[in-house]
Amino acid sequence: MRKVLAAFAAALIGFAQAAWADTEITFYYPIAVGGPLTKVIDGYAAEFEKANPGVKVKPIYAGNYDDARIKALAALKAGQPAQISVLFSIDIYELLEQDVIMAWDDVATTAEDKAWLKSFYPALMMNGTYKGKAYGIPFQRSTIVMYWNKDAFKEAGLDPEKAPANWNEMTQMAGKLVKKDASGNVQRWGVMVPSTGYAYWMFQAFARQNGQDLMNRDGNKTNYDHPDVIAALQYWRDLGAKHKVMPEGTVEWGTLRQAFTEGKTAIMWHTTGNLTAVKGTAKFPFGVAMLPASKQRGSPTGGGNFYLFKKTTPEERKAALAFVKFMTAPERAADWSMATGYVGISPASYDTPKLKAYAAEFPPAVVARDQFQYATPELSTFQTGRVRKLLDDAIQASLTGQKQPADALKGAQAEAEKLLKPYR
Amino acid sequence: MRVLDRELPLLETAAAWLLAILWVAPLAYAFWAAFHPAAMATHFDLFGPLTLDNFRKAWTYAPFPRHFLNTVILVTMVLAAQLVLCTLAGFAFARFDFAGRNIAFGLVLVQLMVMPEVLIVENYITMSKLGLVDTILGIGLPYMASAFGIFLMRQTFKTIPRELEDAARVEGCSMMGVLWRVYVPLARPTYLAYALVSVSYHWNNFLWPLIITNSVNTRPLTVGLAIFGAPESGVDWAVISAGTLMAVSPLLVAFLLFQRQFMQSFMQAGIK
Amino acid sequence: MRNVYGWLLLTPAAILLIGFTHYPAVATLYDSFFSTGTVVRPSRFVGLANYAALADDPIFWQVLRNNLYFAAATIPTSIAIAMLMAIWVNDRLPARALVRMSYFTPTILPMVAVANLWLFFYTPQIGLIDKFGALFGAASHNWLGDPSTVLACLAVMTVWKEAGFFMIFYLAALQSLPPEIEEAAKIEGASRWYFFRRVTFPLLMPTTLFVLVNATINSFKLVDHLFILTKGGPDNASNLLLYYIYQVAFSFFETSYASTLTVVLLAMLAAMAIVQFLLIEKRVHYR
Repeated sequence: MRKVLAAFAAALIGFAQAAWADTEITFYYPIAVGGPLTKVIDGYAAEFEKANPGVKVKPIYAGNYDDARIKALAALKAGQPAQISVLFSIDIYELLEQDVIMAWDDVATTAEDKAWLKSFYPALMMNGTYKGKAYGIPFQRSTIVMYWNKDAFKEAGLDPEKAPANWNEMTQMAGKLVKKDASGNVQRWGVMVPSTGYAYWMFQAFARQNGQDLMNRDGNKTNYDHPDVIAALQYWRDLGAKHKVMPEGTVEWGTLRQAFTEGKTAIMWHTTGNLTAVKGTAKFPFGVAMLPASKQRGSPTGGGNFYLFKKTTPEERKAALAFVKFMTAPERAADWSMATGYVGISPASYDTPKLKAYAAEFPPAVVARDQFQYATPELSTFQTGRVRKLLDDAIQASLTGQKQPADALKGAQAEAEKLLKPYR
Repeated sequence: MRVLDRELPLLETAAAWLLAILWVAPLAYAFWAAFHPAAMATHFDLFGPLTLDNFRKAWTYAPFPRHFLNTVILVTMVLAAQLVLCTLAGFAFARFDFAGRNIAFGLVLVQLMVMPEVLIVENYITMSKLGLVDTILGIGLPYMASAFGIFLMRQTFKTIPRELEDAARVEGCSMMGVLWRVYVPLARPTYLAYALVSVSYHWNNFLWPLIITNSVNTRPLTVGLAIFGAPESGVDWAVISAGTLMAVSPLLVAFLLFQRQFMQSFMQAGIK
Repeated sequence: MRNVYGWLLLTPAAILLIGFTHYPAVATLYDSFFSTGTVVRPSRFVGLANYAALADDPIFWQVLRNNLYFAAATIPTSIAIAMLMAIWVNDRLPARALVRMSYFTPTILPMVAVANLWLFFYTPQIGLIDKFGALFGAASHNWLGDPSTVLACLAVMTVWKEAGFFMIFYLAALQSLPPEIEEAAKIEGASRWYFFRRVTFPLLMPTTLFVLVNATINSFKLVDHLFILTKGGPDNASNLLLYYIYQVAFSFFETSYASTLTVVLLAMLAAMAIVQFLLIEKRVHYR
């Protein structure tokens, strides 16, 4: 009898082990910056699997952020496995409304886990927090910085080591940096700020610098028509229409980096996510600085957070937590930051010897960190897709001269009000 | 093709040539960019160094072999199903006088206009109910019963003389036997034409596969290419060109080798 | 017995056709009378509310205008070029096969790949068009970033992609024309242009109608290039109906409103279907 029991117990243990061995974490991941990042992620996943036998990590590379969100939600709806995902930090309200994510606080219960939740830069936690609970763990986070071409500055008689610190300086310097050929055609623009793809994000920087945030913390009210916000859009538009230092119309996000490295613009505002690629292709010395100030400095954060889906078993949650902790550990965060140009997500990551050495040799790597004190969370509300597109359209309509900034933004605000009223 | 006896006037010849050059320019540019170092994608130098580096990079940046495999599976599966389904349905319409035939045929023709692309919203819902989201079968299923194919087969079968069928019947062939031994062999040119049209359509199809797939294991080349070349990813033009060439090369090579058959197939399919 | 056999042969195709064409078309109409359900707010019957929203939606009207403009820009141009191409390669000219192949090649390339290449052409300053223009001292232009040029740029690319495809139908038609007509014209000394205007063009009319319907459908269902080139921007200046449907359905998750938009698209296609059906009938009798 005892033998039978022992065998039974052994079988049970075996079964339990098998169940543990079956824990598979399906992990949706958006590829959004250049380079073979999938290889890096695969490498981390393999490393994690090695350190945690019995847990399998299956990354699903799902295109850009929009694609990834669509795919992950579709998979959940269809009952397919999805435990965690890196999604846009701003998708939080959408995900909450669909009732598909759960707070990390509910899983991270030990003292050590709680300390881990507090280990990130507060600026990076703002987008991931709702009613005091952390739903998004920062992973591939970026912010906007200013890249400038030192050779162009020299050529224009400017100090190549000094980037413009405020809007006035930027307008003036950009004016000097514009280079025209004999027939008056522009060979090099002073400054370019991209206005396709993520126009609202760039605009948040202008608005923040002019002292305004574009939405409230509950994600149910926008601030598109504040006079200072309108003035900010007016300034952006004037760079092209009045000061003639930026091309009129919209500036393509995807090809801007190439335009900068080809010397077609002396200054560009772009995501830190491009840092490594610019470093690899620019044939001139370039600098990276914080964005200029109007009333203050300012830049939104952006990028992707780890979310935990609700439809998970306790084992899966445990494994997911272990995986995300692994991915966000200082060493790996430092490594990831160096590989991609994304910011280090915790103060500890900047204290690693690796990243310290890297920053000493390549100072631009820490500009983003220093800019965190002026950071504002990325635009994110309920009905975020629509509310964001309203702003995108208003910005593009202004930049292309179809509408006056005031009219465009007031129109967008009125529409956003209609959409957001039910959420108050 | 008919023997031609007329010479094109000189001026028009020049115009025809100019247009031809204009028409291949984009592809020629892609070749240029793909075989030169990245920095030269925007700087033209006739004697610039040639390189295969971009192809190597493109190959490692995205899982092209997998995308190729998916596309081949998709195209083969869709074509096989189309051939069977359209043959049966075309045969029914051509040779059976069943009740409601004309109405049924009219309903089939609806799909010539309302192609699956238009119904993405509802078809996505259907697919997720069937659990076919993110499967290659899910990409192909809406296209398998092709109105165009049914129409084409009906027209072809109608031109086959009844006497041949009757003769086979006398020899004791069953209905399916007649279809298989008489109709199918005689419709071979139509099958070839249809196959080429179908393969190139599905090799290039994008919108529906984009919506219904979400992993490397199911994505066909076009979707892989769009993600690979999406402006967000900021990949170099040279590498995108290389990737683009890789994606189109099998069809392009096939076309260059069999261009006469290709064009005649499209012609035949169109006339019918 | 014939009844049973006929339907039996038809069944497999019929199931798929009903499942993925007829049922979704009807379901689209049905769903357009309901609100989009979320976890918090389940779907409910709203009558014509979605249609009222549609009438009030400036983007819808813009998208519709864009689509009509896009159709008006691409269809006649690609038909004219296709006809010209066919007439040219139907005659003898040096390297005829090469020329014909050049015309046809864009047809077999995926639109997504094509858009990738054309993005390089349209990029201001560093793109091919601006580089080429710069040789003649032309100023750089923000082709895709300017609402007044973006749709035209997309139209040019579409014409390039489609003309060779339509050429094939014209070529087939030209080759089926009896050579005697041409002989007669030659004897009478008719000019080339006169011959085209009075003989070839009218004889090609059935083909033109066929191509016209095809081109019209394409102008409503082909939006692949928007994913790569503009995403419908700037400010919806290049947005087309089907792409807007995609955005509403898969970016905003407003399934019901997407269905309502789809109903509009279906109605337009139905109108064209009637034209096409009449043409096909004619052809069948013709045979």
